[in-house]
Amino acid sequence: MGDTVRFVEAGAREYVLADSGAQLPERVHDELATAFSVEEDRRASRLGRTWLDTFDWRLYRAGLTLQHVSTPGPRGTRELVLTDRGGQRLTAPAGLARWPSLAGALPPGPLRDRVAAVAGLRALLPTVSVISQVREVRLRNADDKTVARIFLDAMSSRALGGAPIAARLTVTEVRGYAAPARRAGRLLAAAGAALTRQPALDAALSAAGRFPLDYTGKVNVALRPAMPGGEAVRAILLEQLDNLEANVDGVLHDMDTEFLHDLRIAVRRTRSGLKLLGEVLPGDLTLRFASEFRWLGDLTTPLRDLDVHLLSLPPMAGRLVGADPADLQPFLAYLGRRRSTERRRLNRALRSARFAATVGDWRKALLVPPGNRGAPGGPAAAELAADRTRRAHARVIKLGSAITGSSPPQSLHTLRKRGKELRYVLEFFASLHDPPAYRAVLGDLKRLQDCLGDFQDSQVQREEIQSLAAAMLAQHAAPAPTLLAMGELAAQLAVHQGQARAEFAARFAGFASPEGRRRMAALTARGDRVSRGSA
Amino acid sequence: MRVIATYNIKGGVGKTTAAVNLAYLAAQDGLRTLLWDLDPQAAATYMFRVRPRVKGGGKALIRGTRSLDEAIKGTDFDQLDILPGDFTYRNMDLLLDGAKNRVRRLSRLLGPLAADYDVVILDCPPSVSLVSENVLHAADLILVPIIPATLSLRTFDQLTGFVAAFDGPRPDVLAFFSMVDRRKRLHREIAERLHRERPDIAAATIPALAVIERMAAERAPLPVFAPRSPAARCYRDLWDEVRKRAPE
Repeated sequence: MGDTVRFVEAGAREYVLADSGAQLPERVHDELATAFSVEEDRRASRLGRTWLDTFDWRLYRAGLTLQHVSTPGPRGTRELVLTDRGGQRLTAPAGLARWPSLAGALPPGPLRDRVAAVAGLRALLPTVSVISQVREVRLRNADDKTVARIFLDAMSSRALGGAPIAARLTVTEVRGYAAPARRAGRLLAAAGAALTRQPALDAALSAAGRFPLDYTGKVNVALRPAMPGGEAVRAILLEQLDNLEANVDGVLHDMDTEFLHDLRIAVRRTRSGLKLLGEVLPGDLTLRFASEFRWLGDLTTPLRDLDVHLLSLPPMAGRLVGADPADLQPFLAYLGRRRSTERRRLNRALRSARFAATVGDWRKALLVPPGNRGAPGGPAAAELAADRTRRAHARVIKLGSAITGSSPPQSLHTLRKRGKELRYVLEFFASLHDPPAYRAVLGDLKRLQDCLGDFQDSQVQREEIQSLAAAMLAQHAAPAPTLLAMGELAAQLAVHQGQARAEFAARFAGFASPEGRRRMAALTARGDRVSRGSA
Repeated sequence: MRVIATYNIKGGVGKTTAAVNLAYLAAQDGLRTLLWDLDPQAAATYMFRVRPRVKGGGKALIRGTRSLDEAIKGTDFDQLDILPGDFTYRNMDLLLDGAKNRVRRLSRLLGPLAADYDVVILDCPPSVSLVSENVLHAADLILVPIIPATLSLRTFDQLTGFVAAFDGPRPDVLAFFSMVDRRKRLHREIAERLHRERPDIAAATIPALAVIERMAAERAPLPVFAPRSPAARCYRDLWDEVRKRAPE
């Protein structure tokens, strides 16, 4: 652990001092000198600090803070510092790390393991950067022994037009000397410093005009039961448009595979919203945009399919029995080449005038002032929610009940699509539902959808492997051992699909059980009550 | 966690200065280090400016009514903690005599610290006693400072013979010449001859220099106040050798 990061103390008591610069104000020094011999660093250390997180704030939500701390100059150091809510701190050399970067690219060690477990597939991106001027103040007792330390940290935002940040004083305890640290805290308070619970990251974000958790990818729209259904649908679809646009840059720069995944979800939700709720919008809107969003959805499918292959390949390769994982190398290389081609194609589309017009016009249409939205009327949000949820549920029950052991795979695929629609309509109106009842219904549906997802994904991937094998053969890019290994992968998928198929009947029976239906009825009954009340 | 003990039956041979400097150098190398000052005179504790007092005394530690963890103090240096000496340690023999598994009690007490430290250095009082026997059982490496003289070597051989007779795991034993006066022919001759003949004597030697004696006045490890001194280099060489001999 270098000196660079000593002041980053998880769990230490922190104070803020609005009028302090990079030097301890005289009155604070004098207050501390009543109990200690005070020794302050003559020069402040200048540090660059960049906080890192995934685009969807996974580290922040897990209570972890990851910083890239660097000192200037040719002999400067670069370290990664990870702190958690429990006061644990891990450090690792940052080397020549560039951001964005996947956690797997960090130097091996406990820090990487901890970050990777939380970040998963998501890349680490800079969230905010500051310059810190840090000065250590040592408080000594009569034996001239250091019994407490204070780190004075004057941060300045590196964001354009960043607001000033109050200086922070971090009191750190020397092991076995708890009382002097407490006393130092009391003296700081007496000198006008205020104890703060706001982490330095939040202060830095706030100064840069950002807020934590500004993207989650989840439906997070707050609706009121009695609001007009049309307003509710606009709010729902606007949030999806925000999510879609938020992910474009990450897709264009290939930061990680989840940007495309989230962008596709936003498109699918928009399409389902238009299909299930579009009638409460002015008549031509749905017609006009449904085809544009289908174009966008179709555009993203080839790249996503390749991502799914590439992500699932390592675990599947590990389960090969007859073939050697190394036999798959040509397949992997082929997928990589295909992926580059598909990325270029998708990027062209995302930079096209058609895409800009689609999202631009869609936003304008959703933001039309209330006066220009046609005659008011139609159902209230709660009534709309109850009605559409009930209809979507009924469709799933009807389709699922008709599936027998001899039904073709397509019937399960169709059921899965209707299940997704039900899930989206539940999520859209989540803020109107009783949370425990909502969670129970969503849980019922998720158990069914997981099974259908396993079935369908295995089917798609198996077919893909077959068509990729044919394409590789045509290009003379498929040695025999590779084709045999791909055959084994296809066989693994067939087994997995068979297992999902075998589980389907029990999963669906659980979903369609009297208890499941009762839970769904209880959820939608609330909307009925609002509807009756407003009638 | 590696346990290194500085030990000699005789006093005034450079055990404590070695323990203090090696602990400091270990921490400087980034190893989480604990120095346990087992000497009731608490000279190592004094050098780190820590008060020589453990709540409940040696009795509480040996009986386990107070964990070692609670008694540990941070020094002024990163990664380096100290378990202070205490005058009640003078009775440690009696306390150990009454303990279960009396020759491995210290080893048991150190067990829970394994996750917190990479290196523990035990600074032992000069004696042949139950405390020293405990130390010999707890350590992975016994570091024995010897003054280049025939009798010192005889004592060292007695120690290696004693350790060799242990049942179960035996610590590695490494001597180093301490307080070497290059002006004395006997010191030079013995040191040169034994370096050739004995692989259990470290190549690094610690000279008899006034700057080492200043540690007590400065109340700090030597590399802190005389980092470029020849003596500091000698301790660095010794630490490098010890680290190779007792890898983490």
